[in-house]
Amino acid sequence: MSLIQVNNAAFRYDGKEVVSELNFEVEHCDYLCIVGENGSGKSTLVKGLLGLKSPYSGAITFSEGLTARQIGYLPQQKESQRDFPASVQEVVLSGTLNSMGIRPFYTRAQRNNALTQIERVGMLQHKNAAFRELSGGQQQRALLARALAATQKLLILDEPIASLDPVATADMYHLIEEINKHHGVTVIMVSHDPHAAAHEANHVLHLEHQQLFFGTASDYRKSDIGKRFLGGEGR
Amino acid sequence: MIGVLQEMLSYPFLVRALTVGLLVALCASLLGVSLVLKRFSMIGDGLSHVGFGALAIASVVGIAPLYLAIPVCIAASFLLLRMSESTRIKGDAAIAMLSAGALAIGVMVVSMTTGMNTDVYNYMFGSILSLSAADATLSIVLSGVVLVLFVLFYPRLFAVTFDESFSRATGIPTRVYNAALATLASVTVVLGMRMMGALLISSLIIFPVLTAMRIGKRYLSVTILSAVVAAAVFILGMIVSYVYEAPSGASIVCVNIVLFLLFAVAGAIRNAVTKK
Repeated sequence: MSLIQVNNAAFRYDGKEVVSELNFEVEHCDYLCIVGENGSGKSTLVKGLLGLKSPYSGAITFSEGLTARQIGYLPQQKESQRDFPASVQEVVLSGTLNSMGIRPFYTRAQRNNALTQIERVGMLQHKNAAFRELSGGQQQRALLARALAATQKLLILDEPIASLDPVATADMYHLIEEINKHHGVTVIMVSHDPHAAAHEANHVLHLEHQQLFFGTASDYRKSDIGKRFLGGEGR
Repeated sequence: MIGVLQEMLSYPFLVRALTVGLLVALCASLLGVSLVLKRFSMIGDGLSHVGFGALAIASVVGIAPLYLAIPVCIAASFLLLRMSESTRIKGDAAIAMLSAGALAIGVMVVSMTTGMNTDVYNYMFGSILSLSAADATLSIVLSGVVLVLFVLFYPRLFAVTFDESFSRATGIPTRVYNAALATLASVTVVLGMRMMGALLISSLIIFPVLTAMRIGKRYLSVTILSAVVAAAVFILGMIVSYVYEAPSGASIVCVNIVLFLLFAVAGAIRNAVTKK
């Protein structure tokens, strides 16, 4: 059974349809990239997957053993985070909150989990560093570690490479690939860059208020829509 | 200085004022960490003006001021929260309008009835003499509640402060936390207002965390540091106010400014040294 199954889902904001006719599934260990222009409904779909917005019609079904709370989420970075006083460890620890129940303080297991994730993204030597003094790429790594602290199964990354320089972007893609391939974590990445989708992910969902394309990345490269968006690069 | 403090502690009304003020300053500084980092500083300012309006009306109608001001401020805090979250109207402009409006209504009500008397003057600029024994008890209880809640919810407050989108996805009811922060801030503002004055109370929320951020780099150290700064500034400010017979609110704010500048210089020096 699929990890996530989306059947004919549609989302509305203030009575206006934002995105509709969504039909796709995400299998275990998939690396799905959701592409589309700004305002094409990507963020709305992410909210739907996270259980923060219910579909107006249709349904999103999770396989057994997965709930919206067990998704590791990497939101788009906010301006207010740039000067936020916090250490990497404090940031990553907050990712373990979903396993905290009603206890008021972090347990040793949560602290160990946080350290493991910091190591996984290669930030162990920066664990006590101030978040606001890290480079953009390091900040994204720390936030990725926080997302990993919340999940063993599924990551949702919202524009993880926005505002990163080319080197940091390549690093980030490499890290995501490694987490997907070697650690068996399913990845859903939102991006406005179809090139990244076609080359990094193994499945592509192209949105433009409705579903324009869903399939494997190699099919996407061959498809008309893929060719159009990739600018003749796909063959 | 110790001598002056001892002399001050020999007056029962000053002991009461110092106890309540210290607790309120601690609450304000802790809540301030979240409020300032969440870009809600204006809410504290807005609340103090609404609080002034409510106190002015209460003093005219003859209700115990706290019993009117606290509920009114809590209601206003929800409104302010909605305003600052709202994308439709410009949040900061709406808050400024509400602040000025509440202040004006307070002044109008007072001037048309009892006239601008010392009570009103005290609400504006603060006076430690305006604290009754019953007020003191209520203040101590409420400050205790704020402090306990803050400690018990510390990890969640951090998450909500740092990243609301992530926290919501993790299942933390962020709206409830925002509402709780706003409620606690309202209570703190009202409690502190009579001592600090409506025009200066928001400094208790804003200054300590900004001062602490000049030096502190971790959330925990900033939190602890701002509580320490708040306590130290409050006591120093009260001593200054006692020695120079200056209004307590203004004295505390002035000490805050001095400490902020000192910390800013220290932080700048440290950054220059570590960059080498």
